[in-house]
Amino acid sequence: MIPLSWYLYLSAALFSIGLFGVLARRNAVAILLSVELMLNAVNINLVAFWRYGNTASMAGQVFAIIVFAVAAAEVAVGLSLIYSIYRRRNTVIADELDLMKW
Amino acid sequence: MDASQVIFILSAALIIASAVMVVSTRNLIQAALWLIATLFGVAILYAVLDAGFLAVVQVVVYIGAIAIMFIFAVMLTSKDMRDKGPQVNASWPGAALLGLLTFGGIFVILSKWDGLGKLPGEIPGGADALLAKLGVALTSPELFVLPFEVASILLLAALIGSVYVAMNKK
Repeated sequence: MIPLSWYLYLSAALFSIGLFGVLARRNAVAILLSVELMLNAVNINLVAFWRYGNTASMAGQVFAIIVFAVAAAEVAVGLSLIYSIYRRRNTVIADELDLMKW
Repeated sequence: MDASQVIFILSAALIIASAVMVVSTRNLIQAALWLIATLFGVAILYAVLDAGFLAVVQVVVYIGAIAIMFIFAVMLTSKDMRDKGPQVNASWPGAALLGLLTFGGIFVILSKWDGLGKLPGEIPGGADALLAKLGVALTSPELFVLPFEVASILLLAALIGSVYVAMNKK
C-alpha cells in the first residue's frame, strides 16, 4: 500500500524539473518538452487524488483525459509555430526571437 | 515493503532520472527519447493506480503521437542535432532557484496537511468495472459529455490551426 504523499512528492519534483527546463532551456523545442513534463506531473496528481478519494465518481480520470487532449493540441500548435518561425528566421533559439521586445 | 511500493520506487527513479536528462541533454533527439522514458514511467504509475485505460492512452497518445511529433520537429528545425553554444540561457541559476523554491514550497505546504498518509480505498465492483464506468461517464449527458465534445472541437481547431500556421504561403 502506497501512501498518497509519495505520489504528491513525486509530481512536485517532476513539476519543478519541468519548470526549470521551461525557464532555462534556449531551444524552443526543448521548452515544449519541459512543458510536457509539467503536464504529466499534473496528471499524476489528478489520477492519484481520484484513486485515493471517491472512486465511485470518474471525474478525476475524465479530467486527466481532457488534459491529454489539451496537451496534444498544445504540442501540435506549438511545434507548427516553431517550424514557421524556423522557416522565416532560421533559428529556434528563444533568446534570438526578440521581434516583439523593446 | 510490498510489491506495489517496489514498483513505485523503481518507476519514480526512472521518471526523475529521465526527466533530469530531458532538461539537461544537449542532443534534442536524445532529450525526446528520454521524454519517452519519463512517459513510460508515468504509464506504470497509472497502472499501479488502477487506471489501466489511462496507462494505455498514455502509451498510445503520448508516446505514439506526441513524442514522435517532437522527434519530427527536432529533425525539421535543426541542421545539426548537436547544436553548438550553451544549452541554457544566462538566467539559468535563477531558474534553478525558482524550481527548488517551488519544490520546497509544495513540500512545506504538503507536510502541514493531515491527509498525507491516506491509503487507497476499495474500488466498488472491482477494478474491472472501472472501464465501463469511465465510458458511461464520458458519454452520459448528466456527466461529462459536454467537456468531451469541447475537447474534440479543441483538437479539430488545433488541427486546422497548426496546418494553417505551418503552411508555406508562397
